[in-house]
Amino acid sequence: MSGYQNSEINESIASDLYRPLPIKRLLFTYGMNAIAFALTGLVLIPLLSILWEIIQRGISGLKPEMFVKSVIDYGFGNAILGTITIVGIASLLSIPVGILTGIFLAEFGQSNLIARFVRMITTILTGVPSIVVGVFAYGVIVLVTKGFSAIAGGFALAVIMLPVIVLTTEEALKLIPTDQRLASAALGGTRFQTTFRIVVTAAIPGITTGILLAVARAAGETAPLLFTALFSLDWSTGLLTPTASLPVLIFNLYNDPDPQKSQLVWTTSIVLLGLVFCISLLSRLIINKTKTK
Amino acid sequence: MANSSEPADKSSSLPPNLSDDKIDLIAKDGANFWIDQGFTWLVYTFAVITVAVLLVMSWVIFHEAQPAVVKFGIGFLWGQDWDTGNQIFGALPYIYGTLVSSAIAILFAIPIGIAIALVTSEKFLPLSVQTALAFIIELIAAIPSVIIGLWSIFIFIPVLEPLQKWLASNFKWIALFNSEDPIGTNMLTAGIILAIMILPTMAAITRDVLLAIPKELRSAAMALGSTRWETIFRILLPAGFSGIVSAAMLALGRALGETMAVTMVIGNSAQISASLLDPAYTIPSVLANEFAEAEPGLHIGALSYLGLILFGLTLAVNIGAVLLVQWFSRKNKY
Repeated sequence: MSGYQNSEINESIASDLYRPLPIKRLLFTYGMNAIAFALTGLVLIPLLSILWEIIQRGISGLKPEMFVKSVIDYGFGNAILGTITIVGIASLLSIPVGILTGIFLAEFGQSNLIARFVRMITTILTGVPSIVVGVFAYGVIVLVTKGFSAIAGGFALAVIMLPVIVLTTEEALKLIPTDQRLASAALGGTRFQTTFRIVVTAAIPGITTGILLAVARAAGETAPLLFTALFSLDWSTGLLTPTASLPVLIFNLYNDPDPQKSQLVWTTSIVLLGLVFCISLLSRLIINKTKTK
Repeated sequence: MANSSEPADKSSSLPPNLSDDKIDLIAKDGANFWIDQGFTWLVYTFAVITVAVLLVMSWVIFHEAQPAVVKFGIGFLWGQDWDTGNQIFGALPYIYGTLVSSAIAILFAIPIGIAIALVTSEKFLPLSVQTALAFIIELIAAIPSVIIGLWSIFIFIPVLEPLQKWLASNFKWIALFNSEDPIGTNMLTAGIILAIMILPTMAAITRDVLLAIPKELRSAAMALGSTRWETIFRILLPAGFSGIVSAAMLALGRALGETMAVTMVIGNSAQISASLLDPAYTIPSVLANEFAEAEPGLHIGALSYLGLILFGLTLAVNIGAVLLVQWFSRKNKY
């Protein structure tokens, strides 16, 4: 900068270069900055408000004994057990199918026509509304077994989890360098050995992330459970009987005139939100850890 | 994706084996041949299962809808009555509610989503703040829909209600606000709640699109003396246009199918009213409210028919978005 000040000609160039923007362009710049930041800030308000209100309204009712009581006794033990059962069934159904389809896309299909078709169907499957999946589960399980049940709920959630697991598994497997596969093959490894001992083992963190994301999404789903698992105020007696779950508890009781029940709804929300956030954060931590390696 | 559309000659500098994407590692004989063969079959079978899920789903829902399809035919789409007692069903108020609430949502979500995407990708803020902000906004997507519904009933609607009453009393001459005494549960509230819920989708995809635009375009515009916002409006947004459109379509697809929060705030009254301050009803909401107690037969059939219509709507929107993304990534191979 000091170089410019030595000669008069250069000084004029400098003043030309540093001439401020015309007022119209300057206003445009600052105006748009303000708008963009205001809109972004606007979105943070509901998020913070949700977190704040739920914690504030629910925390007073959070007592340890609620975890072992059923809804009838103003606890949410049966809903937690139900959520775990339903999500567990969903995981059992969707994880094997999801991982093997992911392996198909990344290791077998890659760019051929069938793989492109499977990938497209999977992407479309992610966009199917969860309530439509519920209608499907109703037709396949509820109508056949003639009753609302944890299994029907689990089936519905499995369909919701499946595409998430497939797509993240494929992404995770694609990150493993081809050299590792070639090295394994060069040592005489068969395709089965290469895939399972080398590729899948190396991709386990990525696959775990996908599974966690799918579980987090499934645990908060309400719509497909409304008419597959239904709800029950008491402990469920088996896999083929109506089963309570945390999200359905909130939906069924949020308008209940009983003040103890409406308190229960807020407390349940803390537990559900905490559960979902913990799983999401865990999956993010795993991603970050594998990235820094 | 990268494998599927890369031209073969791109990596010709590598030895031929390494450049070939389809390296064949399958053993042709030996002790493990059958394990390998079985494994291949297994993998193919499971891929078929995944595809079958979507196909079987369409078939099952179509099959369930049969009673109503036979009875009402295509006229179901513009039938306006929904009378469970007399077994008369029509879908129009629900279709209208679904489309209008999603349209309101997407109208709010597009500008706000683009603003968020710009703030979190264009170096307005230090990188750490940027990433944190993007992460926080993505957290909204993780909140279960039923909790957003609970929050809007007890906290958001009381805040919004005075504003809506004010709109109704001062702007009655606009058909959109022509309601006598709006209570908080109505189409506009549902649209705003939906907008909040689809924002993470909109923002995240738009952000990816913006980050994918080559640096050279930015630098060139800046070198010609544009300010940051002139670059954004003249270069970045036009360059990312198709990507942003597909982001909006994916967000729209989510809005169409969103159930719990909408059911809790839209007022659940099957009517077609020009006023946004009147209660309405959507397809997912009526499914959520009536399916569990519906009588097998025509009622379940009509509800499944609604499900089928919703399925078709979201399918059309999502396939459109997928095709657009593919077209976009093919066009933009720099």
